[in-house]
Amino acid sequence: MTKVFSRPEALNDVELHYCPGCTHGIIHRLVAEVLDELGIVGETVGVASVGCSVFSYNYFGCDMQQAAHGRAPAVATGIKRALPNRVVFTYQGDGDLAAIGTAETVHAASRGENITVIFVNNGVYGMTGGQMAPTTLEGQVTQTSPYGRDVKTQGYPLRVCELLSQTSGAAFLQRTAVDNVKHIRETKAAIKKAFQYQLEGKGFSLVEVLSACPTYWALPPAEALKRLGSEVIDYYPLGVYKDKGAETDEK
Amino acid sequence: MAEKVLMKGNEAVAEAAIQAGCRLFFGYPITPQTEVSAYMAKRMPKIGGTFLQAESEVAAINMVYGAAGAGARVMTSSSSPGISLKQEGISYIVGSDLPCVIINIVRGGPGLGGIQPAQSDYFQAVKGGGHGDYHLIVLAPSSIQELVDMTQEAFDIADQYRMPVMIMGDGMLGQMMEPVEFGAKEGRKLPEKTWAANGTEGKRPRNIINSLYIEASDLEELVLERYERYKEVEKNEVKVEEYMVEDADYVIAAYGTIARVAKTAILALREEGIKVGLIRPITLWPFPTESFKKAAETAKGFLTVEMSMGQMVEDVRLAVDGKKPVEFFGRTGGIVPTPDEICDAIRKMKEGK
Amino acid sequence: MKNNEIIIAGFGGQGILFAGKVLAYTGLVNGYEISWLPSYGPEVRGGTANCHVIVSEEAVASPMITKPTALIAMNLPSLRKFEDAVVPGGIILVDSSLIEEDVKRTDVTVIRIPATKMADEVGARKLANMIMTGAFIKATGIVDFDGLVKGAAKCVPAGKEAILEQNKKLLSMGYNYGE
Repeated sequence: MTKVFSRPEALNDVELHYCPGCTHGIIHRLVAEVLDELGIVGETVGVASVGCSVFSYNYFGCDMQQAAHGRAPAVATGIKRALPNRVVFTYQGDGDLAAIGTAETVHAASRGENITVIFVNNGVYGMTGGQMAPTTLEGQVTQTSPYGRDVKTQGYPLRVCELLSQTSGAAFLQRTAVDNVKHIRETKAAIKKAFQYQLEGKGFSLVEVLSACPTYWALPPAEALKRLGSEVIDYYPLGVYKDKGAETDEK
Repeated sequence: MAEKVLMKGNEAVAEAAIQAGCRLFFGYPITPQTEVSAYMAKRMPKIGGTFLQAESEVAAINMVYGAAGAGARVMTSSSSPGISLKQEGISYIVGSDLPCVIINIVRGGPGLGGIQPAQSDYFQAVKGGGHGDYHLIVLAPSSIQELVDMTQEAFDIADQYRMPVMIMGDGMLGQMMEPVEFGAKEGRKLPEKTWAANGTEGKRPRNIINSLYIEASDLEELVLERYERYKEVEKNEVKVEEYMVEDADYVIAAYGTIARVAKTAILALREEGIKVGLIRPITLWPFPTESFKKAAETAKGFLTVEMSMGQMVEDVRLAVDGKKPVEFFGRTGGIVPTPDEICDAIRKMKEGK
Repeated sequence: MKNNEIIIAGFGGQGILFAGKVLAYTGLVNGYEISWLPSYGPEVRGGTANCHVIVSEEAVASPMITKPTALIAMNLPSLRKFEDAVVPGGIILVDSSLIEEDVKRTDVTVIRIPATKMADEVGARKLANMIMTGAFIKATGIVDFDGLVKGAAKCVPAGKEAILEQNKKLLSMGYNYGE
């Protein structure tokens, strides 16, 4: 019999703690498949952040370091500067990356820090119980926007790829989603490219993965994916926001 | 031995760190310690090291955390307001049992405070500062040579116990120049950093650098283990200078540069016939409790002199344990007590005022 | 004197800290214990600057000087700020081209030198500090002129002999002033 499907080696054989219908599991798997395919598990150090993915240090099969809330890009910078020949990535949510860690994110990108950031954007603080995130859509109900996000008092959802595209140090920025198979395949390709760019020393790479949170969106998993594929993608257009490799090819 | 050179404290500490094998420095400008960064910026690129000016103190200490987790000798430096910002990272570094060296060239506070020398961050350094049950090893040199010698030692101590070591000076120590000599010192025999998260290469089980423990019993067990290590530190690493204590009726307790001002006062008082001595804690944690206990048997009283409203004085009182009176004299806000003021304070004690 | 505690004070830009460094290195290369403590902060640019230098036969206790044995004053505010602190029998050196006023103290040795004017005349206005330093060494006799030059040489980067020569010239003008 031919084996057609197995757990990636870079993903540990442990039970994940995520809620039913959460798409973190898919994204973990994609990262792990890429580490396997590039053959870099033993050369990689991952940085876990604070949020739902805090326990990712238990899930990835490489060496891991756990960072304080928002500080993962700074921690990754420290690791990469100490070990320039290692592959260093962070795995961060939107509260972590786009609120408390905005400075660390922008400056790591601006420095062209040769690290890879996997940015999982589900528009809500999941771990603490569903509070409004910087990325929560206008009108979206959360625990701390109980009447729906009112942009007059609570500001607008932050578009991270667009923001970072203005930094000269960013080498590769792409926004993808995991709402359907086609998009999942695109996500994996983007993650692979981001790691490849790091291996080639091109600089800062980030893949923003639009993700679903059925629990705090208060939707059944299938409905959550539908919302992800429509309302969320409408506000956060998918695509490549920066690609230094492509720029060089054109010239 | 190498030739003596004149160096500012801030530059000397940077050079000493480099000579101790530190090749990564993450900093952020703040008076009165910016020369540390400036020196590192100049030297590190020439020796294949990293100097990085971070976007904030918060980022800098987290870079230190990352590099320390990767197994590197790493240092950061700041002054009081910046050290406040670093407390988050320090707590994580402690919670993950990582070694590193943190320089704190203290200035007046609270808030933006001032830029003149102060010792008003003793509590922050010695009693916590960040969240959680922990200690930092805190070294308090009083001369540039001692600063240099301690910096090299600090990296070894940090590695030996897997603890951050803070070197606490003040603006005076950072800015002044004294002759120093950098000698090749024999370092301690240190354990391999087998715990470092630096890539498994498929040859060992993976390493995780982490301070999160959801099970309360796991966390308690780990903290208890850490406190066992702290006992070792208290047993092995206490450093103190005792100056003219044996026959002293009055003992001044002072650390860092102000201890030198106290020495000037002690010499003047002895000329007047008042027998005064000095206990200078060189390690603020672990605190030299025994020296004070011993002196309490013979001395009539203690005077703690600080550039603060009185912080170390609490530890002196704990050590003296009510056996003899412990008075306090201090100036704050960046004012340095003068020898005359210290003399007056001792005379008052003698007259029982 | 066994223990020289010197305060050098003036405006930022007069080379106050450099003069202190020359004295400190002079002490060092001639076998003395020394310390050098600058005032620091924004005032060093254009405001007042001062520097505490101790050159002593014994280990230096406090690097901060409250009772100077000597004051080198290069402007009036500095003279007024520090002259009362000088110990009886001490020395006050005054740049008389910038300070017309008298020194109030009568229990100290006062030396007045038109250092800035003299430096100006040889086209080196910014090196009045060296004239004051030369005069100070002569007045105290801590070391001889060669000893002073050895110290100054340590303060000039290698390969800048022209600068050292000029410094030497101004130091000598101060050292030999009045002869």
